[in-house]
Amino acid sequence: MLYVDIKKKLGSFQLETKFEINGERLALLGGSGCGKTMTLKCIGGIEKPDEGIIILNKRVLFDSKKKINLVPQERKVGLLFQNYALFPNMTLKENIGIGIAKDNKRKDEIIEEKIKEFSLKGLKDNYPHQLSGGQQQRVALARMLVNNPEILMFDEPFSALDDHLRWQMEKFLLSALDNFKGSSLYVSHNINEVYRLSDKIAIMDDGKVKSINDKVSLFNKPDSRKTALVTGCKNISHISRLDSEFVYASDWDLKLRCQGDFNENISYIGIHSHNIGYDFTGFTKEDVPLRENEYDFIVIDIIKNIFSSILIISSNNKKPGILGQMYLEIPNIELNPSIGINHPIRVVLDKENLFLMTP
Amino acid sequence: MDYSPLLISLKAASLATLITFFLGIYCAYFTMKLKKLKGLLDSIFTLPLVLPPTIIGFFLLVILGRNSFIGAFLLKYDISLVFSSAATIIASIVVAFPLMYRTARGAFEQLDENIIYVARTLGLKEHKILWKIIIPNCISGLLAGTILAFARALGEFGATIMIAGNIPGKTQTMALAVYSAVQSGNRELAYKWVFIMVLISFASILLLNKFQNIRFSSLKKGGI
Repeated sequence: MLYVDIKKKLGSFQLETKFEINGERLALLGGSGCGKTMTLKCIGGIEKPDEGIIILNKRVLFDSKKKINLVPQERKVGLLFQNYALFPNMTLKENIGIGIAKDNKRKDEIIEEKIKEFSLKGLKDNYPHQLSGGQQQRVALARMLVNNPEILMFDEPFSALDDHLRWQMEKFLLSALDNFKGSSLYVSHNINEVYRLSDKIAIMDDGKVKSINDKVSLFNKPDSRKTALVTGCKNISHISRLDSEFVYASDWDLKLRCQGDFNENISYIGIHSHNIGYDFTGFTKEDVPLRENEYDFIVIDIIKNIFSSILIISSNNKKPGILGQMYLEIPNIELNPSIGINHPIRVVLDKENLFLMTP
Repeated sequence: MDYSPLLISLKAASLATLITFFLGIYCAYFTMKLKKLKGLLDSIFTLPLVLPPTIIGFFLLVILGRNSFIGAFLLKYDISLVFSSAATIIASIVVAFPLMYRTARGAFEQLDENIIYVARTLGLKEHKILWKIIIPNCISGLLAGTILAFARALGEFGATIMIAGNIPGKTQTMALAVYSAVQSGNRELAYKWVFIMVLISFASILLLNKFQNIRFSSLKKGGI
């Protein structure tokens, strides 16, 4: 279990993080400069918070009131940096072994175990600069695990890797995490990576934890505009309430039926670009009336990706502009080549897929 | 020709370099970790680099002279530092120290901080981190600093003449021997000492350039 409730001021930036992990994998997700790395450093004892408490498995690591501040050496935390921070003057074997106490009789045994576990056989006398990026990372992982830390922390471990290697390393990390009994904390700005590697996600912004949620609900139904932006939601509109069931989405110029709890803090609505229903043919038959939450749009632009395309569509076909633009993602196989700019499209914003949000 | 100035110079410079090596490293490591007073300490440690050596010699006289606290204390045990061969070493240490200190600090600051952070979380003691990780990875910078310090200590003149005097066979170093030779009109002797000094200094600089090329290639790839 890890409990963190800390404050730290750095110039005009104020870090105020509070969260708890009970054996799960928590990810801190946020843009650069939001304080996520600083949070890891505070837990590791590298940075000292101005005030607050950090408790790891009933051990108090930091308590400003009781003047407790354990040095990093006593905290039993594992930390993996983006650049792996291997010791350049030591061989692979020395890198893994340096953390093991000299009087530990099993020292050589433990090193051999780790070399085997992380597929590093035959490389033990190599120096870090003689290893590939993936091998370096496995050494860093092995080194982190020799001392049986009580929590594992990762600071954007994959941001320096290319896509193929990243995929392989993620698999490696996942299996290492599966064998690890304690909690883990993962810091990243990459939503896909975070989704694959963690159970829970804490959204951080401007030094504060905005929300902590189970990853599935966080991505499907973000509860605040900030969360929606960080999780990659492209369609967000300001709303005003019309009656108990309908809202007016002012950025899209649409009247929508929606469901959910509607309190006074709710002022935004959103829908994921892959959750918008569409029909390219129905529109041409003008006698087919629009149903609830159905609207006629036209295609303004098409952005082609490898497997899917983003269609920028506008509800205002008389004067296209910023007002009324939405983003719709469809698989490339469903995108007929005849569909180009100015093609009409009928969209369905299903109330099941719409979510109401606070700012 | 009396070779005692060469021996006195080499002895003073080597001992001063040895002491400066450790002193410079520890002071650099210590100031790097400080949060407050960093600027003040750094200025004090660098001061001997910019002050005229005669002023350093004057300060040393004030601090170590017979009338000072330290001087009076040492006198009780019949030790007098002024005009002693130990004074040549002390003068060399003070003038050489800033060079070692600054190069060591520069080398430490270039080292990826994450390496030190990781070492701490792995449970390594601070002195082990310094000797097993920081120093080996900064070795080229530290060796360069050592050579600079040695060359500076060898050429020391102003502070030495103030506190150690110019006693032939006891405190007369090569730099002082040149001075005495010129003053007494012995040009030939002056040329000899000049030749030896230039030779040693030149060799030191050659060595310095060689050390600067030693590097663990992955250090360059380090990143942040």
